[in-house]
Amino acid sequence: MSSKPVPKPTPETQPFWDGCSAGELRIQRCKPCDAAYFYPRPFCPRCGSDEVEWFRASGRARLYSYVINHRPGPGFDEDAPYAIAVVELEEGPRMMTNIVGVENTPENLVLDMPLQVTFERRDEMAVPVFQPAVEGGTR
Amino acid sequence: MTAKQANQVAIVGAAETNEVGKLPGVSAIQLHAEAARNTLADCGLTPADVDGVAAAGISPIEVAHYLGVTPIWIDNTAIGGCSFLVHVRHAAAAIASGKARTVLITHGQSGRSRVGQPSMPASPQSIQGQFEAPYGVLGPPTAFTIPVLRYMKEYGLTHEQLAYVAVAQRKWAQRNPRAMMRDPITVDDVFASRVIAYPFHLLECCLVTDGGGALVVVSAERARDFPKRPVYVLGTGEACESPIVSQMEDVTTSKAFRLSSREAFAEAGIGPADVDHLMVYDAFAHLPLYGLEDLGFVGRGEAGAFVAEGNTEPGGRLPMNTSGGGLSYTHTGMYGMFAIQESVRQLRGEAAAQVEGVEVGFVQGVGGMFMAAGSLVLSNAS
Ligand SMILES: [Zn+2]
Repeated sequence: MSSKPVPKPTPETQPFWDGCSAGELRIQRCKPCDAAYFYPRPFCPRCGSDEVEWFRASGRARLYSYVINHRPGPGFDEDAPYAIAVVELEEGPRMMTNIVGVENTPENLVLDMPLQVTFERRDEMAVPVFQPAVEGGTR
Repeated sequence: MTAKQANQVAIVGAAETNEVGKLPGVSAIQLHAEAARNTLADCGLTPADVDGVAAAGISPIEVAHYLGVTPIWIDNTAIGGCSFLVHVRHAAAAIASGKARTVLITHGQSGRSRVGQPSMPASPQSIQGQFEAPYGVLGPPTAFTIPVLRYMKEYGLTHEQLAYVAVAQRKWAQRNPRAMMRDPITVDDVFASRVIAYPFHLLECCLVTDGGGALVVVSAERARDFPKRPVYVLGTGEACESPIVSQMEDVTTSKAFRLSSREAFAEAGIGPADVDHLMVYDAFAHLPLYGLEDLGFVGRGEAGAFVAEGNTEPGGRLPMNTSGGGLSYTHTGMYGMFAIQESVRQLRGEAAAQVEGVEVGFVQGVGGMFMAAGSLVLSNAS
């Protein structure tokens, strides 16, 4: 049985993946735009400025859209059916992810439900995944 | 017409492979060649007459050499299933500016049988490899489909309306002997088919087939010298948005659809009301709905009801995907060539499910998962 795909950083994305390994969701912000963006690049995709900085995102997000996949991808045999989701971070950017800590059914996965980041080990790496947020808390 | 390329070129040759469907006895490159040779026969040319070659999936260099053509103009634009629409646009520019005279555009894909079919594994260091592949994506059914739940929430599209897209297109396929799936279906049949990726059932996902198609494009001046009725290229457009679906600006609308169609309409000097026949790339049931809205045929959130009311099916006022489309006719992987072929057949008056009085056709292609788009306005009147 194959294992789940493991992302391989490039020099430009390394800080993001280092953050994941440290249990932090680190993304970038453009200073002139005062706006966060994703995926990692050493310049702002909106205005082109290279006055950008890494920061730790809150990890709070909402469920933007998803499918529940019944034909598992490599390494996902035991997870199927599982959601492949896009979440919108509190800071604005969206990212693809999986939803953990809840059975992935249409009834459980309601669009715009609040989520909180957590991390899943993949070999020497960790990837950000999201779980339903606890009422009133930030974990 | 404006001073742009509009109306300066025409499609004078168009044909598909002898068969489409399940073809384990033909390799991918031979599918290109068979389609190309059928197309050259369709317009009475030989390989020696061709000076420009465009292809995707397999390099135009390989296609040209295999056919015995030595081109002086090549286009390897490979941006998924809309590549061939973009090839027509690029060929139009090349011909209008004297860079080529006779352009051959080929598609061949052993999508089902995988004979001699190049595969392109994504690097784990690519944008997709880092930011989507880790989450268990397995091809288009698990990624192209992600936008639709958000669309349903924003606009009230129902599961029944989504399913009905497949029902409407099957009605066209019933009239097309070459279509792989011809049995009539109902919304309940769609719901009874197995779930591939919720909310999509099997019948809301495209077929996976083998086949090919090709086109010959020349200047409008030369177009009347060929045996078949010319199909003039009135307007073209191309655009791209994001290499990964999760980075679309707004998943309820395709920016690439909007930009490419706007360009094509503007170049042609027409609008949606002038279109008699429409092809919208239908890899999945939501794509024709996005197309209807993003191209301006209906308002935002109106497409589901528009299709469910029968407007796009036989007898409806906007015949759409009249071959049966990717859902019922054929879908090799890069379906755009087949959308163009059906538009050409309708404009020539030789379609299996021929619509009466078609003068203006619009073809909308998509590449990747809403990654890119190409648009063509075609007409049998110059
Ligand atoms: Zn900026």
